Amino acid sequence: MAKIKGAIVIDVERCKGCELCMDSCPTDVIRMEKKVNGKGYHYAYMENPENCTGCINCALVCPDAVITVYRKKFED
Amino acid sequence: MEKENLRLDEIIREENIVFHKTSLLTDKVFSYCPGCGHGVVHRVIMEIIEELGIQSDTIGISPVGCSVFAYDFMNIDMQQAAHGRAPAVATGIKRCWPEKYVFTYQGDGDLAAIGTSETIHACNRGENIAIFFINNGIYGMTGGQMAPTTLSGMKSSTTPYGRDTMLMGNPIKMTELVATLPGTYFVTRQAVHTALYVRKFKKAARMAFENQKLKKGLSFIEVVSNCNSGWKMSPLQANRWMEENMLAFYPPGDIKINGELIKKT
Ligand SMILES: Cc1ncc(C[n+]2csc(CCOP(=O)(O)OP(=O)(O)O)c2C)c(N)n1
Ligand code: SF4
Ligand code: SF4
Ligand code: SF4
Ligand SMILES: [Mg+2]
Repeated sequence: MAKIKGAIVIDVERCKGCELCMDSCPTDVIRMEKKVNGKGYHYAYMENPENCTGCINCALVCPDAVITVYRKKFED
Repeated sequence: MEKENLRLDEIIREENIVFHKTSLLTDKVFSYCPGCGHGVVHRVIMEIIEELGIQSDTIGISPVGCSVFAYDFMNIDMQQAAHGRAPAVATGIKRCWPEKYVFTYQGDGDLAAIGTSETIHACNRGENIAIFFINNGIYGMTGGQMAPTTLSGMKSSTTPYGRDTMLMGNPIKMTELVATLPGTYFVTRQAVHTALYVRKFKKAARMAFENQKLKKGLSFIEVVSNCNSGWKMSPLQANRWMEENMLAFYPPGDIKINGELIKKT
């Protein structure tokens, strides 16, 4: 069966740690890193990457446009 | 875990990109606070201009307020206006270049306080421009003072016990007000705090630019937004508070389409 898988890449140094992406993800992919970036913000990362569908919700709400979203169809 | 990593390598490839930052935003880091709606509104407007392919035919007017530096972030021709005067500046530019797409970007302090007169007259004259009105119910830039749009009972740095409408007057609904003027062609209220609202706002923003070709009047798009710093809340708290309080008083939805009122004001 074909399966759609997604992934996001966050521009860590430009993330402001606002948590809006985490809140917007319907499949609980995103968490905030305990470490901080150069500006002192706890940046977002994929805690559960296997759940990502590439729906782009997180990127739509990100006020700093730092999320790139990828989506690929796998036949298996 | 290794299998998962392998998959990620297969997914994270140029050809699989379904969303990336538009090239019409410059590389400058936004000067906005974490979680501020201004950034989303900037991005969506630039996405529309990119999708319509009108980058070299569009002129934006930035206001005074937190978004005063919009010209640093939007990679198009921009003119900065004195506080509240953006609709007057946009009028001049549009009348010199009627074929250009012209829009203003204004906060509620800019548009609904010091610039009320310019706003109402540009709307009433039916200038063929778009006005983007970012309403966060407060003067964000200057330290969170009460604005004409501040809700009844809402705390601000100049209303520490909440806005008392007996003393300080009522919050003003600019969008309903301009919808009653004959010069407005499209009037709508939107928000950008959830993915669904962002999608709807994008449709409205597209219409605001497409309408300019018709030369039938002004498009007015309010975006109810947050000012988490001014409201003294975290970004997530601010968005929830906004949903419960701001959207209750400023309900989202279209008010006037194709010059016809579709919602009682
Ligand atoms: C003529 C003039 N009067 C007052 C000010 C001070 N001032 C700067 S920004 C601002 C209000 C901005 O509020 P708003 O338009 O709501 O924008 P926000 O920062 O909330 O996005 C004021 C009163 C000014 N810069 N110029
Ligand atoms: S693309 Fe969708 S599923 Fe993936 S992290 Fe973003 S919101 Fe979650
Ligand atoms: S929404 Fe954007 S800026 Fe905010 S935490 Fe997520 S990636 Fe960072
Ligand atoms: S002060 Fe308010 S409006 Fe200004 S950038 Fe911060 S959150 Fe946004
Ligand atoms: Mg404001």
